[in-house]
Amino acid sequence: MNAIPDFVNTLLPFLPEWIRAVVFYGVVALILFISVILTMAFLTLAERRVIGSIQARIGPNRVGPGGLLQPFADVLKLMLKEIVIPTASNKFLFIIAPLLAVIPALAAWAVVPLWPGFAVADINAGLLYLLALSSAGVYGVILAGWATNSKYAFLGAMRAAAQMVAYEIAMGFALVGVVMAAGSLNLGDIIDRQAGSHFSYFFWWMIPLFVVYFISGVAETNRAPFDVVEGESEIVAGFHVEYSGMAFAVFFVAEYVNMILISALTSIFFFGGWLSPFESWSFMPEFLRAGGFHWLFLKISFFLFCYLWFRATFPRYRYDQIMRLGWKVFIPVTLVWLAVLGVFFAYDIGPWSK
Amino acid sequence: MSITEILFYAFSGVLLVSAVGVITARNPVHAALFLVFSFINSAVLWLLLEAEFLAIVLVLVYVGAVMVLFLFVVMMLDINIAQVREGFTRYAPLGILIALIVVAEIGSVVYVKSLGTEVTPVAQVAVEEGYSNTGALGELLYTKYLYPFELAAVILLLAIVAAIVLTMRQRVGLKQQDVAAQVSVRAKDRIRVVKMAPVIEPPAGSEQGEKQP
Repeated sequence: MNAIPDFVNTLLPFLPEWIRAVVFYGVVALILFISVILTMAFLTLAERRVIGSIQARIGPNRVGPGGLLQPFADVLKLMLKEIVIPTASNKFLFIIAPLLAVIPALAAWAVVPLWPGFAVADINAGLLYLLALSSAGVYGVILAGWATNSKYAFLGAMRAAAQMVAYEIAMGFALVGVVMAAGSLNLGDIIDRQAGSHFSYFFWWMIPLFVVYFISGVAETNRAPFDVVEGESEIVAGFHVEYSGMAFAVFFVAEYVNMILISALTSIFFFGGWLSPFESWSFMPEFLRAGGFHWLFLKISFFLFCYLWFRATFPRYRYDQIMRLGWKVFIPVTLVWLAVLGVFFAYDIGPWSK
Repeated sequence: MSITEILFYAFSGVLLVSAVGVITARNPVHAALFLVFSFINSAVLWLLLEAEFLAIVLVLVYVGAVMVLFLFVVMMLDINIAQVREGFTRYAPLGILIALIVVAEIGSVVYVKSLGTEVTPVAQVAVEEGYSNTGALGELLYTKYLYPFELAAVILLLAIVAAIVLTMRQRVGLKQQDVAAQVSVRAKDRIRVVKMAPVIEPPAGSEQGEKQP
């Protein structure tokens, strides 16, 4: 864990140490929270503009310059709408379910290293923490479907639960390769291990694992083409069919924050996070070779664009095909590639042969 | 009281309340959720003991996987609560007996501890900078306890295979898709392209010299 910086100690000398820590980390968490939410808001705009342009139309461009204020207009609209609670629903669980979906998505950001040497909580078992939180995220969906007391919502929740459990296993296996190569569960260490030569990003050594990880990430966030959870033509809107106003918006936030998180994690695990892609190109000027938040931001943006690109390109999978892909294709692929990685280690092939 | 103690008592209190909730909740889904909540609270207690690996794995395995599937089943089953409670008076004496034994066991441990004698002395490990109990656990598992660890893994694998074999049965008359056959279909299996000489009919209005579109 990072130490509390000195300026906090000089500003608030009259408080006991643990309150100073709580205040400091509270402020840091709040800043991170606001940044993530703002990114998420503009991601919704980017999604509509990008998909619009792929489909040869314009997309929202009326609110503010170039449609830049559209997300705020959407939020305002959702806030003013009434939250309808179905009479036959389980009220407590109905209200708490969106929170259970959004809290793990936001809490996971605590261990994400944002720039060299900085993560809000630099814990040793960071990767396990991420896996634990992403597996806890499924509760929001299941409980929403069950508490609504509607068949459509329940079917959506059942589909979501089965899909998320299935793809989590493939994701976990793909990360085993990353852990083998990095020799650490700490996300900062994983990035450090990818520094150095031209081909030291883990991507070059585990392309199959990267493909499995990113596609599982798309499935895990229930995005197209894996969005049978909310397949309009079959089950209306799936688990959030009865949610309106801000209760719906919270599910929406959870989905988009998860997308950003998966993109960030893909860039960290396979593309060196905040490392510069030109690190080993000695003819480049120094400022291009230094690592920093901007590189992570560019990598995240690329993977987010891929998310939107997939959505505009691929038709929706059928449910049994999704299950087949997860269990019968991805898991064997990761197992085989773990064996290949084992051979790499045994014969000292790759950037880890130091 | 230090902040750690306050946190310990707070989370233990919530843990006890939710554990009682597991057995008193009328709705089985609520009971399962109480169980999830008590898992999370006990994970926090482990975190307070600085056993971060165990805490996170408890959440990962029990909350993230086992209880999701459990909840899945409980939600799909139509459980008749009256029927479940039928044998309550018959089994109550046995239940009370087991509860008494457990209370006696816990009480004896607390009593022995209060006498000041350590039954299982805990070796104080010096925690130096950069100590990671995840790493320490891994080292033990893959060196000293390698055989038991791998035995456990093989037994689990056996259980998985057995469970899958139990559910693998082909029902007669069930129409199923053969995905491999679907994927390996080629165009020539489905359509036949026939070469034919074109049949040209003279346009109807050609005598008048009009251009047909």
